[in-house]
Amino acid sequence: MLRYLARRLLVLALTMVAASIVIFLLMSVVPGDPAQFMMGMNADPAALAALRAELGLDRPLLVRYLEWVGGLVIGDFGQSYTYRVSVSQLILDRIGLSLPLAFLALLLSVVIAIPAALFAAQRHNKAGDISVMGLSQIGIAVPNFWFAMLLVLLFSVTLRWFSAGGFPGWDAGFVPAMKALTLPAIALALPQASILARVLRSALLDTLGEDYIRTARAKGLSRGQALRRHAFRNALIPVLTIIGLQFSFLLAGAIIIENVFFLPGLGRLVFQGITQRDLIVVQSVVILLVFAVTLVTFLVDIAYAFIDPRLRRGTV
Amino acid sequence: MSGAYSHRPRRYLRNPSFLLGAILTAIFVGLALVSLFWTPADIARLNVSARLLPPSPQNWLGTDHYGRDLLSMIMVGARTSIAVALIAVGVGMVIGVPLGLWAAARRGGWIDELIMRFNDLVFAFPALLLAIMITAVFGPGAVNAIVAIGIFNIPVFARLSRAGALSLWTRDFIMAARVAGKGAVRISYEHILPNIANLLIVQATIQFSLGILAEAGLSYVGLGAQPPLASWGRMLADSQTMIALAPQLALIPGLAIVLTVLGLNLLGDGLRDLTDPRMEAVRR
Repeated sequence: MLRYLARRLLVLALTMVAASIVIFLLMSVVPGDPAQFMMGMNADPAALAALRAELGLDRPLLVRYLEWVGGLVIGDFGQSYTYRVSVSQLILDRIGLSLPLAFLALLLSVVIAIPAALFAAQRHNKAGDISVMGLSQIGIAVPNFWFAMLLVLLFSVTLRWFSAGGFPGWDAGFVPAMKALTLPAIALALPQASILARVLRSALLDTLGEDYIRTARAKGLSRGQALRRHAFRNALIPVLTIIGLQFSFLLAGAIIIENVFFLPGLGRLVFQGITQRDLIVVQSVVILLVFAVTLVTFLVDIAYAFIDPRLRRGTV
Repeated sequence: MSGAYSHRPRRYLRNPSFLLGAILTAIFVGLALVSLFWTPADIARLNVSARLLPPSPQNWLGTDHYGRDLLSMIMVGARTSIAVALIAVGVGMVIGVPLGLWAAARRGGWIDELIMRFNDLVFAFPALLLAIMITAVFGPGAVNAIVAIGIFNIPVFARLSRAGALSLWTRDFIMAARVAGKGAVRISYEHILPNIANLLIVQATIQFSLGILAEAGLSYVGLGAQPPLASWGRMLADSQTMIALAPQLALIPGLAIVLTVLGLNLLGDGLRDLTDPRMEAVRR
């Protein structure tokens, strides 16, 4: 187990190093000089040079990379070019929106998917199953930003229950803040719930063929009881991987939804960073998100290895 | 069970998923192809006096806020979406499949390890985020959207073909080919590739539909195909400010995306059921 753990940790570290190099190189070939962008096209060349020196843009690539990575390790992400505050402060502010939004969407996705999958699996190949599967096919095909627009049209424009966008901040109180996150979370959750429901349903159907289910049925449990008491727990194992992946997807995938609802989250921060050539912000947020994805994958792998010893020895 | 492995067309027509998927896909591919030669109206000509018209015999789906014919816009948008997604899948297959076959042929070796770690690295990037970064770096446009989406297809096809090939390498007929003196490259192309073709086609259909969603997302945020080329994502972005005034401008392109993606997913599911022998047991 320890050897497996060490090996996975090494892979995690190597992935992060490789990712940081890719991100840094990508960002260093972005056309457009951040200093020029900040001072405008008619800037005095001397002032421009001074600003470049202040931002550290005049130093060699390797030095800048090592400084950036060195800072990352101790939690210092550097200074934003445009906001003139520390990047870590910016990220902390934005994460207060993105993290709750991702959790809310994940919660919704699970709450919708589990009953839907149980319902469908109990009625395998009957009308109920076919309807749920049909709906989930549509759920997967709907682009979440379009679904978001439809939600705005219905709940904000027509019914006027929710505002069409913006975020009052957690200082405005829990209820107004949650209200602002409701429509975005629903829009994010729909495709995820559809995928989750399909995976859980087929996992349930797989376990229903097992001997222990037949035993439980022979002991007099109904199909539904056997499904809920015995099949469900075993079916949850593959589903946990999907949930892990979905969380990191939701954290990063909100980028377009945040644009639809004008939410000041991480995705919008990246987007603004790109348009304003605030590259240090972009590369910091991206590496953070990559770290989140890699860490979740790592944790899921480790959790499996604890549960299933075969995985430790396999060529994973 | 008769004819389980036959490819008689009737078996395909009796699979509802395949049939519906094929019809929907054919409609949109047809619209895209027709748009190459003809559209009901010229979408480059703006006519503000004819803006936001309701559906009529001249404009079957009405007109947008610049007076452009919506059906023509949808047709050209279909062409953009399908071209971007199809080429992106092609890029992924052309690079990913040989990589996967190579990794399987050198299974356990350092090449295998290197290719798998490269896959892990690409998977570590949230897909849309990387696509946005790439288009931000190299500029918005259809070609860069293809590159951004295509990169993501590489590890998908590499993993799939490696996994498929690994299970074949232990089989007797491969052993026979090796004994006959065939090299790894020849075996991979003559014996392994034809045997994993079904898997690859099903996956290509799914990646195609994901590509259409990704293209729509990119052009919605302004990083996909640029004007005057019409794209469904940008039509949606344009409609957003007028959604209370003219909801049909948001509904029609959205429905086009949903139906195309749905069609491809159903087609993929149907093909998988029809070509995977293991599914026989499930169907009976």
